[in-house]
Amino acid sequence: MSVFVDPFVSNAFMLRALIAGGLVAVACAIVGTFVVLRGMAFIGDALAHGVLPGVAVSILLGVPGILGAAAGAVVMIGGISLITRRSRLPTDTAIGLLFVGMLALGVLIVSRASSFSGDLVNVLFGEILGISRRAIFIQLGATVAVALTAAVCARPFLLLSFSPEQAQAAGFSARRYHNIMLALIAVTIIVSFQTVGTLLVFGMLLAPAGAGALVARRVGSMMAWAAVFGLFSVYAGLLASYHFDVAAGSAIVLTATVIFFAVLIVTSERNRRARGKVPLP
Amino acid sequence: MTGGPPGAPRLKARDLDIGYGGETVVAGLTFEVQAGESLALVGTNGSGKSTLLKTLVGLLPPLRGDIDVLGAPPGRVPKRIGYLSQFHASGFVLPLRAIDVVRMGRFPARGLLGRMNREDDECVHEAMRAMGVEEIAGSPLRSLSGGQQQRVYIAQVLARRADLLVLDEPTAGLDAGSRERFSQAMRSELARGACLVTATHDVQEAAECDHVLLVARRVIAVGPPREVLKPENLLEAFGIVLVLRDEQLGIAVVEREHGHDAEHHHPSH
Repeated sequence: MSVFVDPFVSNAFMLRALIAGGLVAVACAIVGTFVVLRGMAFIGDALAHGVLPGVAVSILLGVPGILGAAAGAVVMIGGISLITRRSRLPTDTAIGLLFVGMLALGVLIVSRASSFSGDLVNVLFGEILGISRRAIFIQLGATVAVALTAAVCARPFLLLSFSPEQAQAAGFSARRYHNIMLALIAVTIIVSFQTVGTLLVFGMLLAPAGAGALVARRVGSMMAWAAVFGLFSVYAGLLASYHFDVAAGSAIVLTATVIFFAVLIVTSERNRRARGKVPLP
Repeated sequence: MTGGPPGAPRLKARDLDIGYGGETVVAGLTFEVQAGESLALVGTNGSGKSTLLKTLVGLLPPLRGDIDVLGAPPGRVPKRIGYLSQFHASGFVLPLRAIDVVRMGRFPARGLLGRMNREDDECVHEAMRAMGVEEIAGSPLRSLSGGQQQRVYIAQVLARRADLLVLDEPTAGLDAGSRERFSQAMRSELARGACLVTATHDVQEAAECDHVLLVARRVIAVGPPREVLKPENLLEAFGIVLVLRDEQLGIAVVEREHGHDAEHHHPSH
C-alpha cells in the first residue's frame, strides 16, 4: 500500500504536484468536454502550441511565463478572428495559418537564445514536480473561475453544441458564447502549461473528455467521467514518474491516452455484444 | 402574448429582399400571416426557403424592404419564436437523452440560471406526447434513428410554447405515421393561436396550410394553396410535369419529365 501512498506523504513536492495536477485535470475535464462536443480540438491544439512564442519572449525578458502565454493566446484568437472576418476562408484555414506561424516564431526565438534548452523542455513538457505554492494558487483560482463560468453558461454552451443557429435564434448570442468558450480554453491552456506543458495540456483536454464521451449518457456525467479519468491519470502518472524515474508530465498524458483506448475497447465490445443480442425480425 | 395592436398580422413582409452577404437570393417578397394561420414555403433545394426562415428568426439581416415579426424587427423577440433548423451538428456525438433535448426547448424561457419548474415539465411531457417520443425519453439521442431524432427535435420546438413556429423541412425523414402526428401537433399549435411558417418540398403538406409561397430564387406565386399549387406554377418551380392519374380520388401525381417514379402528391381542385 505504501508504494501507492508514501511518495505523496513523504515528499512535499509530490503532494504539490498531485494537487496542481488534480486542478489541471478538473479544469481540462470541464473545458475539454465542450472542446470534444463542439469539435474544437484543432483550435485547442493550435492554442496550446501557439502560446510558445509568448512564453519564449517572457523567459527572455525574465517575466512570468503565464503573461507571455496569455499574450500569445490573445494574438492567436485575434488573428483567427481577423482572418475569418476579412476573408471568406474557413475557420480551420485561419487556425492552421496562425498555428504554424506562431509555432515557427516560437522556434525562431528559442533558436536565437543559447541558454534556452532547459527552459524549452519545461515549457513543452511542464515542470509539475517543481511546481510552486504560488502556481498552485493561480491554478486553483483559474479552475474555480472556469468551473463557475461553465456553470453559468451551461445552457447556452449546450445549445451551442446542439445547434449554433438554434442557440442564436433562442436569444443566446452564438458569437458571445463561442468567444466565452474560447476564453475558457485559453485560460485553461495558459494556466496549465506550467504543470503539464504546452504540448501535453492538449492531451489532458482531449483524452479524458473523449473517454468520458464514450461512456456517458449526459453532458454532466461526461464531465464527471472526464474528471475521474483525468484525476486518475495525474495520480498514476506521478506514481510512475516517482518509481520509474520518467518525465512526470509525459507519464500523466500517456496514462490519459491509454485510458482512452482502454475505454474505447471496452465500450466497443459492449456495443458489439448489445447489437448481437438484438433478435432478428 | 401577441405582438403589435390586436388583429395585426404576426408576420408581415413588404417588398422584402433576402440573401447572404449582400447577395440577393429572393427579391420582392410580400406576404402577411395572422395568428392561428400557417404559411408553407415550397421550392427546390437552394430556392431561398431556408434563407427566408433564417431572416425571419434574425439569423440573417434583411437586405431591403420591410419585415415585421411579432410586432418587432427580426431577432428582437427570440423567446416567442420556436425555430427548427435543418441540420443538427452533434446528433450522433452529444451525450444527451431524448428528454434532455426536449428540455432544451425551455432554456429561452428560463434564461441562464432560472430554475426549471412544474410548468416546464408539463410543456416538455406534452410536447413529447404530441410527437410520440415519450417512450424513448430516457434513450440516448445517438441511439435513435434519424426519424426518431427528428421527432425529438420537433418536440423541442413544441415545448417552447412559442407564438411563432419557424420550421425548416420538419417532416424530412419522417414516416407516414409520424407525419400524421406532426400534422396533428401543428393543428393544435394553430388552434391555440400560434402562427406557423414551414419550409417543405412536400406539396401535399403545403396544401394543408392557409398560405403558400412558391419560390425558385424568385417569387413564383403566393396566396391560398388552391391558387398557388397549380400545375403550371409547380412546373416552373420544380421543372417537372403533372400527370393526373385519378380524378375521382383528386390526386395529382407529379413525375419527373423523363422518369416514372412518383415524386409528390397533392389534392387537385
